[in-house]
Amino acid sequence: MTGEGLSMLPTFTQFAATLDGFAPLLLRGVWITVQLALMSLLLGLAFGLLGAGAKLSRVRAWRFCAQLYTTLVRGVPDLLLMLLIFYGVQTGLSRLTQALGWAYIEIDPFSSGVLTLGFIYGAYFTETFRGALLAVPRGQFQAAKALGMTATQGFVQVIFPQMMRFALPGLGNNWMVLLKATALVSIIGLADLVKVAQVAGKSSQQLLAFLLMAALIYLLLSSVSSLVLRGLARRYGHGVQESSP
Amino acid sequence: MIELIQDYWQPFIYSDGQQMTGLAMTLWLTSASLCFGLLLALPLSIARVSSRRWLCWPVQSFTYLFRGTPLYIQLLIFYTGIYSIAAVREQPLLDGFFREAINCTLLAFALNTGAYTTEILAGAIRAMPRGEIEAARSLGFDGWKLYVHLIMPSALRRSLPYYSNEVIFMLHSTTLAFTATVPDILKVARDANAATFLTFQSFGLAAALYLCITFALVGLFRLAERRWLRFLDPGR
Repeated sequence: MTGEGLSMLPTFTQFAATLDGFAPLLLRGVWITVQLALMSLLLGLAFGLLGAGAKLSRVRAWRFCAQLYTTLVRGVPDLLLMLLIFYGVQTGLSRLTQALGWAYIEIDPFSSGVLTLGFIYGAYFTETFRGALLAVPRGQFQAAKALGMTATQGFVQVIFPQMMRFALPGLGNNWMVLLKATALVSIIGLADLVKVAQVAGKSSQQLLAFLLMAALIYLLLSSVSSLVLRGLARRYGHGVQESSP
Repeated sequence: MIELIQDYWQPFIYSDGQQMTGLAMTLWLTSASLCFGLLLALPLSIARVSSRRWLCWPVQSFTYLFRGTPLYIQLLIFYTGIYSIAAVREQPLLDGFFREAINCTLLAFALNTGAYTTEILAGAIRAMPRGEIEAARSLGFDGWKLYVHLIMPSALRRSLPYYSNEVIFMLHSTTLAFTATVPDILKVARDANAATFLTFQSFGLAAALYLCITFALVGLFRLAERRWLRFLDPGR
């Protein structure tokens, strides 16, 4: 037992030495993962706001489209949608460019990752925003109108800040899921944190150590996010906190 | 499209002739990992709400680790990471277990859903109305009897709506199994796509299957909630 314990020691020092060599690669992977997550978040929020607007719209066709969007996207696994968009859009696009006689356009894994994750999490954000919009009292819309604000002004200055307070818990949960879902994009070949850890682990014969390292970095990212979310909740909860128990 | 269905309906549904594939594999992965996960979560959730720090702290770390990292990384660790250690390969028992892709996959899935389920159940236990516990105490229930007869049945019922989300989530997560060569629905779709280049049709067929399972599960949970959560809404 003690022999085994002692033999573990050199592997740790060995790992520290290899880690030194692979640090730039790992950092690049972390940066790609963070970029991917943030850009998908932005796209997802945009999809979510549009979707929520459509769901609460008076036009029946809009409501139907939004309902179809959220039902289909939330009923199908994200990985499947990612593969469908990655391979499918590529096939469709190359057929289109061929028909038009244009040069071959290749979609890179990063943009198709952002597209897919934004599209998928947009459906979850739609539900969050819809609930949050409904939670803002109707009088607030009317008050904004009565003050002579246009619809956009009213939304940006009156409705949005109040809506965010109701939306934040849901958005926070979705962000955590989205952050972890970025790991899937390595399956379609993006050199993100997971991929980089696998490459470094295989070439240095220390796969487990590098995978654990990647897991630790994800843990760090989600811990930092939950701190930021707590800060945001405090910011948007100003003036209401006292009354809640 | 017709040809694709003719050629691939069998692997998509149950078997490619040698082993269980497609829908059958996906359902097995989902139900087995949910069962193991729930069995794990029952004792862990009780430990999670315990006021004894040595009992609560390890469970809290477990759920923090498994909920804070992607399932894909966990699967990679169990499937390729652990098996890359020489000591594991030399030990016959461990070698036998970790050599099989399906074992590693189920282990990763079960621990992952176990961690989420633990937190769901712990939340439901914490939300128990104090009056109910006091009433049971006054009737002479205490210790494990309190848990077996009152707290756990109630917590399991109350967590149904949250657990249904976790079940759908787990179903969708089983698609990761193909990265460990386990032939689930998505693996069959990928094979069909690679062989026929009918991308939209192959993945579309898989998507339709997943949609059917999702709707069936949502329907089942709606029935279950109507049956077991009626006491929360006596007006109906």
